[in-house]
Amino acid sequence: MKQKIWDFHGGIHPPENKLISTQSPIEKAPIPSKLILPLQQHAGQPANPVVQVGDSVLKGQLIAEASGYVSAAVHAPTSGTVVDIGQRNIPHPSGLTGLCLVIETDQLDQWGERLPAIDYEKAEPAELLQRIRDAGITGLGGAGFPTSVKLNPSMENTIVTLIINAAECEPYITADDMLMREKAEEVIKGIQIIAQMLMPVECLPVECLIGIEDNKQEAIEILKKTIQQLDAEHQIKVVSIPTKYPSGGEKQLIQILTGKEVPNGGIPADVGIVCQNVGTTSAIYRAVALGEPLISRITTFTGKALATPKNLEVLLGTPIQDLLNDCGLSEEKLSRLIMGGPMMGFTLTDLNAPIIKSTNCILASTADEIPVPPPEQACIRCGMCAEACPATLLPQQLLWYSKTKDFDKALKYNLLDCIECGACSYVCPSNIPLVQYFRFAKGEIRAQELEHSRSERARQRFESRQQRLDNEAAEKEAKRQARAKAAADKQKKMRSAQEGFDAGTAEKHTEADTADDKAAVIQAALARVQAKKEKQKLETQVETPIAESVVNDNNKGD
Amino acid sequence: MNVLSAILILLALALIFGAVLGFAAIQFKVEEDPIVDQIDNLLPQTQCGQCGYPGCRPYADAIANGEAINKCPPGGESTIHSLADLLGREFVPLDEEHGEEKAKTVAYIREDECIGCTKCIQACPVDAILGAAKLMHTVIVDECTGCDLCVEPCPVDCIDMVPLEKTAKDWYWQIPTPDANKAQTTIIATDRPKPSVDEDEAA
Repeated sequence: MKQKIWDFHGGIHPPENKLISTQSPIEKAPIPSKLILPLQQHAGQPANPVVQVGDSVLKGQLIAEASGYVSAAVHAPTSGTVVDIGQRNIPHPSGLTGLCLVIETDQLDQWGERLPAIDYEKAEPAELLQRIRDAGITGLGGAGFPTSVKLNPSMENTIVTLIINAAECEPYITADDMLMREKAEEVIKGIQIIAQMLMPVECLPVECLIGIEDNKQEAIEILKKTIQQLDAEHQIKVVSIPTKYPSGGEKQLIQILTGKEVPNGGIPADVGIVCQNVGTTSAIYRAVALGEPLISRITTFTGKALATPKNLEVLLGTPIQDLLNDCGLSEEKLSRLIMGGPMMGFTLTDLNAPIIKSTNCILASTADEIPVPPPEQACIRCGMCAEACPATLLPQQLLWYSKTKDFDKALKYNLLDCIECGACSYVCPSNIPLVQYFRFAKGEIRAQELEHSRSERARQRFESRQQRLDNEAAEKEAKRQARAKAAADKQKKMRSAQEGFDAGTAEKHTEADTADDKAAVIQAALARVQAKKEKQKLETQVETPIAESVVNDNNKGD
Repeated sequence: MNVLSAILILLALALIFGAVLGFAAIQFKVEEDPIVDQIDNLLPQTQCGQCGYPGCRPYADAIANGEAINKCPPGGESTIHSLADLLGREFVPLDEEHGEEKAKTVAYIREDECIGCTKCIQACPVDAILGAAKLMHTVIVDECTGCDLCVEPCPVDCIDMVPLEKTAKDWYWQIPTPDANKAQTTIIATDRPKPSVDEDEAA
């Protein structure tokens, strides 16, 4: 039975350029002399280093642990020595530096203690989830969201469909394609592990759909064959979808495969779906069944500035320069080096930046391949961008609001639903870099929100401090008053006692009770003192007559 | 007789509608944010006192009572714009008398010079300085609003205001700048370079 598929709005058909890098099988990149491992290779909190400079590490050893729920651990990709923990260039559009661990490799590639393999068919979901977290697995598609967070089932949403994103819609990139051709078994077993984790105890097993564009026929055949061998219940289905950019966008792929739309501001789990990249499934299999943390990935090296474009299995942290040299980079031909694809990638400013968990492609393009964008001209309101937008937004309207920084309006026109796919910029006849404007506006909106939450916090802190100071002042005042009152009382009592004493001698019976008592107490005390003195006198006379005489002598002397 | 009944009917209708409207006005009353809260919400909450008031809330009170809206340097132009929008007043440029708009800074205590006098702790409006008498003090960077109030009381001048460094985490794309080369931008749409056809794919 053929699986029914839907279509999504808009989309474009840019030249695919995928054949460039599928001519040769995946190769293992050599171990470089130095590995640079950024502590932030994922979305969320950066990892915390657990090793020190000078420590020697073994392959697979934990070198930085997850610091918080949305975070991912980092492991040593090979054996060697930690030589530095400091700021290094990271692959980021800003060209800024980030905290990195630098490992000098010893070329021995010696494994440390491996995590024990788990028999995933019998394992509890919690155990599998913990393993995925321990192995530092993040989405390998590009966004780099920690996988354990995505797979953690929440109580409200029952997952009915697992979608494996193998669309790989962006031109040039073939890493997932080659992975499916060569390691289909790992992919399918990985899917089975995820399905196992998501399966509620008493419910039906989740439906697993692999969404794959029809320009990858070879991979489709191999996957189907592998499923026949490994998947007796035919739980997993390969769904071939028409090639159209951006069918690999999470929300777009969900729409194509299920016809469901993820609500505005929601996540796929809200409609009972979990989406995982195909590369991630293989990493999950390796982590669970082989006990290998995420220390390498498959990255496409392509573009006409390379003599031998190919897919490489690279250790995380390998400097991009080394790998480009390995692929025969011609420095004269190179005009722009892009990380990611030509649609959504960004220009790398530094060749020494390393490969990280989310690096799916390095595109070394020549000047004719990706020309310098022609100058921006005025918007002519042709509406082509709105036709191309896969999120059914109105890019020209958003452009005005982004340009004039009218962010409230931009939000009303659902700017935050923009997936930054670049289809609008691609079709614009006026060469307006629409997506750049949207990225700017989104960044600005986020920064303002952050600023606002900070000021809100400052206000709360200010108010609570004010409250505290007021309380302290009030407390002090209350204490002062209490003291003043006590002193006044005392004085009053003393005075009244005095008066009572005086009055007591004159007219005893008319005095107040308190004054009477006071007088009596004073009388008694005086009598006691008198008695004591008498007694002391007696004692000293009895015990020390000499001393007595001395005292008496002294007294006489006075 | 007809006239009288018409008047009575209209009177009855007026009473009914009046009662309904009166009921609705009380029952479905929209709780509106008092204007002072709304103004306070727009102010940056640095509590720096550069406006001449002891904190943002007092300044918000003052604005509600007719004080000028251009006395907040940390908020800068964007705050003046949003205040002008909220209050329906004219935009006025920042009053230089109260200071100028600067990049956001945070206090930094040179810890080996700190003598532990706690003067800065008492000055900090948001409790962002940690320390005790005769012990070194330090600034909680995340809580510091950059108000400068701790700099003045320090007897050994060991507090610096340092600009916040941009990290990859809080970086975001800047607005695309129109091409510097204006001559280039005069081409018409049909002059644009043709997209190169890829031979590999065409084959």
